[in-house]
Amino acid sequence: MNSLAEPRKWERFFWPMLAGALFLALWHYSVAWTATKVFPSPDDVGKGFLELIHKHVLWGDIIDSLRRVAIGFGAAIAIGVPLGLTLGWYPAANHVVNPLLEILRPISPIAWIPVAIILFGVGERAATFLIFLGALFPIVVACVDGVSNVPSVFRLAGRNFGLSPVQMLTRVVFPAALPKIIVGLRLALGIAWLVVVAAEMIAVDSGLGYLVIDSRNSGKRYDLVVGAMLIIGLIGLVLDSGFRRMEKVKSVRWGFRDES
Amino acid sequence: MEKAKLQASHIHTVFNRDGKTTPVLDDISLAVADGEFVCLLGPSGCGKSTLLSTMAGFLSPTSGEIKIDDQVVRGPDPRRIFVFQERGVFPWLTVEGNIAFGLSHLTTVERRRRVAHYIRMVGLEGFEKAYPPALSGGMKQRLEVARALAVNPDMLFLDEPFGALDSITRLVMRGELLRIWQAERKTIIFVTHDIDEAVQLADRVVVMSARPATIQQIVKIDIPHPRDISSARYLELRDGIFQQIGLAHRI
Repeated sequence: MNSLAEPRKWERFFWPMLAGALFLALWHYSVAWTATKVFPSPDDVGKGFLELIHKHVLWGDIIDSLRRVAIGFGAAIAIGVPLGLTLGWYPAANHVVNPLLEILRPISPIAWIPVAIILFGVGERAATFLIFLGALFPIVVACVDGVSNVPSVFRLAGRNFGLSPVQMLTRVVFPAALPKIIVGLRLALGIAWLVVVAAEMIAVDSGLGYLVIDSRNSGKRYDLVVGAMLIIGLIGLVLDSGFRRMEKVKSVRWGFRDES
Repeated sequence: MEKAKLQASHIHTVFNRDGKTTPVLDDISLAVADGEFVCLLGPSGCGKSTLLSTMAGFLSPTSGEIKIDDQVVRGPDPRRIFVFQERGVFPWLTVEGNIAFGLSHLTTVERRRRVAHYIRMVGLEGFEKAYPPALSGGMKQRLEVARALAVNPDMLFLDEPFGALDSITRLVMRGELLRIWQAERKTIIFVTHDIDEAVQLADRVVVMSARPATIQQIVKIDIPHPRDISSARYLELRDGIFQQIGLAHRI
């Protein structure tokens, strides 16, 4: 197989399937050979999975997790995008706020859990707050970066056509920065999905994160733990590929490397 | 000469960068008539683009003033459009969207009519819904010219507009620009470092010296269009400018 050659259609499905099958086989035989009583085999996980679906808890947990992400991520967009655009637009303001952002940014949202609990108590709002925090910083940074890197020729052209400052922002700067903003949103959604699981282990009693920790605590059901983990991975994949689809929209595609 | 469309008087420009002051333009005075095609010719980095940006209102001169229609230029204006190398088209808009960019004050019907008119004029029919990344360099350049013309400006400033194009496309584009200029009679100020380009296009060629730029000589190109680029007069004018540039820059 030549790396330059376009893979044939069957190959595009065959090799990933083979990798998946090998992984399952390795998993299965590792469990069988070590004769572990704790860690489940793929077969056990499959059965546990069906059990979750039959008991109808799975859908409720999925919806709860998605709802928290939607609210936290939505709030991060609602605050982060205007904030980031403003900071990018006024370099002086960015100069003032940037050191603070740079200190807050590397702090894991997990480290905020005690603070979230003091502020909001144990519950829904604390969880949403953590997701919001995790998603906020990548969004702000992407917007600042996007706006401050708009090529000056676009701004000059906008001025030449007599745009007002508001028109300049909406008709030139925002669309020019949009590819970078979308990258930031995608990153932020990925982080939100990581954080929701952690938050649900601590602050609430529903959702996929709760399902993982509850399955372990109530009877060491590791088949359900791993089953829930797989669901988390699959949903994360679906969310990410949804965002990747946005990158293919023609009015932003120019900003991504594989399409010049 | 008839009344000047643009009058530059004693323009001096000094750049301050990292505590160093660099004089860029040294006492430039120039009058451009209405409907005239003027080329600013000089080597890269001589300050001719700075002069063009100053005329367009993007830069303020350190001293001196530019008047257009007897009014001092204080900033860019939609009546005078600056055409960058093809980099100036907006990649997030279609061909139609780019041409309509400066037309939001018009009614939908009028806007559509103008967009269609200029798409035809620059030969982009069939590409109305295409995005710039799908266009060639020459097509992007034509698109930018169309976007400029669509707002019906009375002046165009072109900053080495064909510099990034291959030599065949460049020849074609010169012909197209002349055709458009003859049809629309805009005043055009065109910056180039290509002597042949200047002599093929301009009514007058303003030869500029190395930095700080002064006007070395103004050469009137008295050959009617279409110009025969192997005629004796063409070669004489071209060689004269070559010599002038050689004197100015000691090649």
